[in-house]
Amino acid sequence: MAQRIDVKDLNIYYSDFLAVANVEMSVDPRSVTAFIGPSGCGKSTFLRTLNRMHEVIPGAHVQGTVAMDGIDLYGADVDPVAVRRQVGMVFQRPNPFPTMSIADNVLAGIRLNNKRISKSDAEEVVETSLRAANLWNEVKDRLNRPGSGLSGGQQQRLCIARAIAVKPQVLLMDEPCSALDPISTLAIEDLIAELKSDYTIVIVTHNMQQAARVSDRTAFFNLAATGQPGRLVEIDDTSTIFSSPREQATEDYISGRFG
Amino acid sequence: MTVTDTLTPDASALRLALTQVDPARRRKDRFMRGLIYAAFVLAMIPLVSLIWSVLANGLGRFDLYFLTHSMRNVYGGMDAGGVYHALLGTLLITGLAALISVPIGILTAVYLVEYGSGALARSVTFFVDVMTGIPSIVAGLFAFSLFYLVVGPDSRSGFVGAVALSVLMIPIVIRSTEEMLRLVPNELREASLALGVPKWLTIIRVVLRTAVAGITTGVMIAIARVIGETAPLLITVGATDSINRDPFEGNMMTLPVYVYRQYAAGLVPCTPGDAACIPTINYDRAWSAALVLILVVMLLNLVARGVSRWFAPKTRA
Amino acid sequence: MASPTTATTPPVTPVRTPRRRSRPADRGLDRSFRYVAVGSGMLILATLASVAIFLIIEAMPALTHEDLASEIPWIPKGGDLWSVVGPLIFGTILAAIVSLVVAVPVAVGIALFISHYAPRRMANALGYVVDLLAAIPSVVFGLWGVMVLAPKVQPVWQFLVDYLGWIPLFAGDAHGNASNPPRVLMTTSIVLAVMILPIITAVSREVFLQTPRLHEEAALALGATRWELIRMAVLPFGRSGVTSAAMLGLGRALGETMAVLMILSPGLLYSFKLLVASQQQTIAANIAARFNDANDIGRSTLIATGLALFVITLLVNLAARAIIARRKDFSGAN
Repeated sequence: MAQRIDVKDLNIYYSDFLAVANVEMSVDPRSVTAFIGPSGCGKSTFLRTLNRMHEVIPGAHVQGTVAMDGIDLYGADVDPVAVRRQVGMVFQRPNPFPTMSIADNVLAGIRLNNKRISKSDAEEVVETSLRAANLWNEVKDRLNRPGSGLSGGQQQRLCIARAIAVKPQVLLMDEPCSALDPISTLAIEDLIAELKSDYTIVIVTHNMQQAARVSDRTAFFNLAATGQPGRLVEIDDTSTIFSSPREQATEDYISGRFG
Repeated sequence: MTVTDTLTPDASALRLALTQVDPARRRKDRFMRGLIYAAFVLAMIPLVSLIWSVLANGLGRFDLYFLTHSMRNVYGGMDAGGVYHALLGTLLITGLAALISVPIGILTAVYLVEYGSGALARSVTFFVDVMTGIPSIVAGLFAFSLFYLVVGPDSRSGFVGAVALSVLMIPIVIRSTEEMLRLVPNELREASLALGVPKWLTIIRVVLRTAVAGITTGVMIAIARVIGETAPLLITVGATDSINRDPFEGNMMTLPVYVYRQYAAGLVPCTPGDAACIPTINYDRAWSAALVLILVVMLLNLVARGVSRWFAPKTRA
Repeated sequence: MASPTTATTPPVTPVRTPRRRSRPADRGLDRSFRYVAVGSGMLILATLASVAIFLIIEAMPALTHEDLASEIPWIPKGGDLWSVVGPLIFGTILAAIVSLVVAVPVAVGIALFISHYAPRRMANALGYVVDLLAAIPSVVFGLWGVMVLAPKVQPVWQFLVDYLGWIPLFAGDAHGNASNPPRVLMTTSIVLAVMILPIITAVSREVFLQTPRLHEEAALALGATRWELIRMAVLPFGRSGVTSAAMLGLGRALGETMAVLMILSPGLLYSFKLLVASQQQTIAANIAARFNDANDIGRSTLIATGLALFVITLLVNLAARAIIARRKDFSGAN
């Protein structure tokens, strides 16, 4: 279950303000694509258009197409709620539901569609999802305790388990490690490498080493000046981007000359 | 497990997954949305109906005559009588209440914000909370008992009502002033103290000066809150048909009590054919007085908002 | 709770914030001003203490009187103080609870509408409109309730008696009818509900607006509809806030006088019949109705009932504050 995504001529707006202009890219199935770039260049904004979370903000809208296996996610008959089910998301700060237990957090998405899931099915989903998120061994004895009692890194893996429990096609990660310590970061990076075999993964990161470590392809976003829209400068295989990028701006950013 | 298994997805299955949300969920979403909109409409009905009724029934007698005449020598179904004495009483009593509450309220807030620490401040905060919850009728009973014990049986006067209203007003003034004082940045205090200005002058000239707009707004809203109080005045001030300008002597009429008394007087039994007798005159006066009362309250609220908007310290250049 | 060594007084801390300079430093006007400020703080405590003390002193004759019924016309023959205080407390609580049952769902609906459904600009205006309801004096609500609302709801109450009369709350009178004019507890409670709506709405709205964006996005990203978002993130977060809002509303409803006085036809029964007149009465309305014509012992009795009302509202308000305070301790969620 993994799909390719093709983005064409995408312009992203907050009300009248054009935040990101003219994005054109393809994301391969069962691969990790990393978005890098300086703050405010629109990489997170663009990521959020891939599961239509962008339009949650009042006045936000897009022009252009984001196609999943040829079906435009912004097509007239497509339901944003259904899109978000197919395209899961993990956020910058871990956000398990504080009033739910660990197990209920994992089941939160499934319960939406299937209120009366049987106990054994539920247990199975909880275990497979937590195992897939490399969290099972740490929490299997306290599945009924609140998720907020876990460490930051564990909470983030719980959020990943929650996202993959509904078996999405694509998994979006918005700087998933920026709030975590190095050891937890390593755990998440390992997890990304494993999840790649089942999911199409898109990750936004501030950390270029992280992009180099985890991703197959890397996209560099930049903006000419504040007030100008962000643009996709180039996208290529990660090794190419980090060794011989086509654009000067990419090389400047990667070599630490700005950003 | 019912999660759509799309290991080898074909486009139509995916299209289905992207376009279809479980209809039951959609229905529930729409249903709840409908309920929530309905709740809102439901709450608007009484508001609109109330304002409409007050206008429709009250405008008829609402004129200069009504505002400038008392009920002295008005009886039966006479086409006469006004709220002058009640308006006067309300303004005098509420003014007195404000005179008592505002200094105490502001000083207590100053104490809590600028001096307060330890057990005394904690208990003051706690008991201000308790005071906020005192039912207005209990405040009336308190004022009555106080003056009954101190002055004696014939203690009814506007001042007793003012004391009752103060019990209700003081906690509101304290709360809003406290909130405003806490908004004053500490740097301002420190800057003033560092210039060698004594603390009391710093509080008056810097802290209170900075917060004056917010405090004024809070006081106006507190006045608007108590000016419509009926029950405590009913038992402490009583009622009268004549003008009484002395809040320390004798019964006074107030607007809310006037509304109640006119309503309670009910329909007038007119002799048939008596054109000068209006059977519903008491109800008409009640509605018109209610209109006056609402106008006074709205005016206070508007002025309060205006004060906070126009006289707020210019924090941004 | 713990050993005496861990007493609540913290160890003396040498470092003080600059605002609180050490005590002896102030002289002259500075000291006088401080005394005045502290004095008004103490005045608050004194006021509250005197409220309690004066009410108790004035209620004493009634509390110790042997035969109240012989001197007070509205106490049934042979009855003691409790024979009226009991039904009054019952009526007060019943009226308040019915109004709460009506008001809370509507208030939560409005709060959600303002916080999560209406466009931002509209939401502010709507918040102001709801505040407008709070500014209307209770006597005007009473007038509206009895003159406008009551005639309109009578057919509805009759309908309830006809079809739901088997429920004790909706039972009709001896002829199987809802009272007409409907000066009954249900009408009263509806008006009370409208009156407490603004406070419950305002507090709930504030809490709902504070729902962490993180949790809302988590729910949305799982493919939640708007309602599911509210169920998953907003309501669990706001539950204690809504509870305390409801308690504050309950406190208001318990003490409200004029609407009850003007609408309800009083009775002193332990009756659950909401649609029949002359069944119940509330403490506050009873005081307002009888105080001016009462003799000394009658007044004392009314003050004793006022004392009971004071204690009840005190307990309710304290419970509300306790819930709010506990919520503050646990707001680490954000």
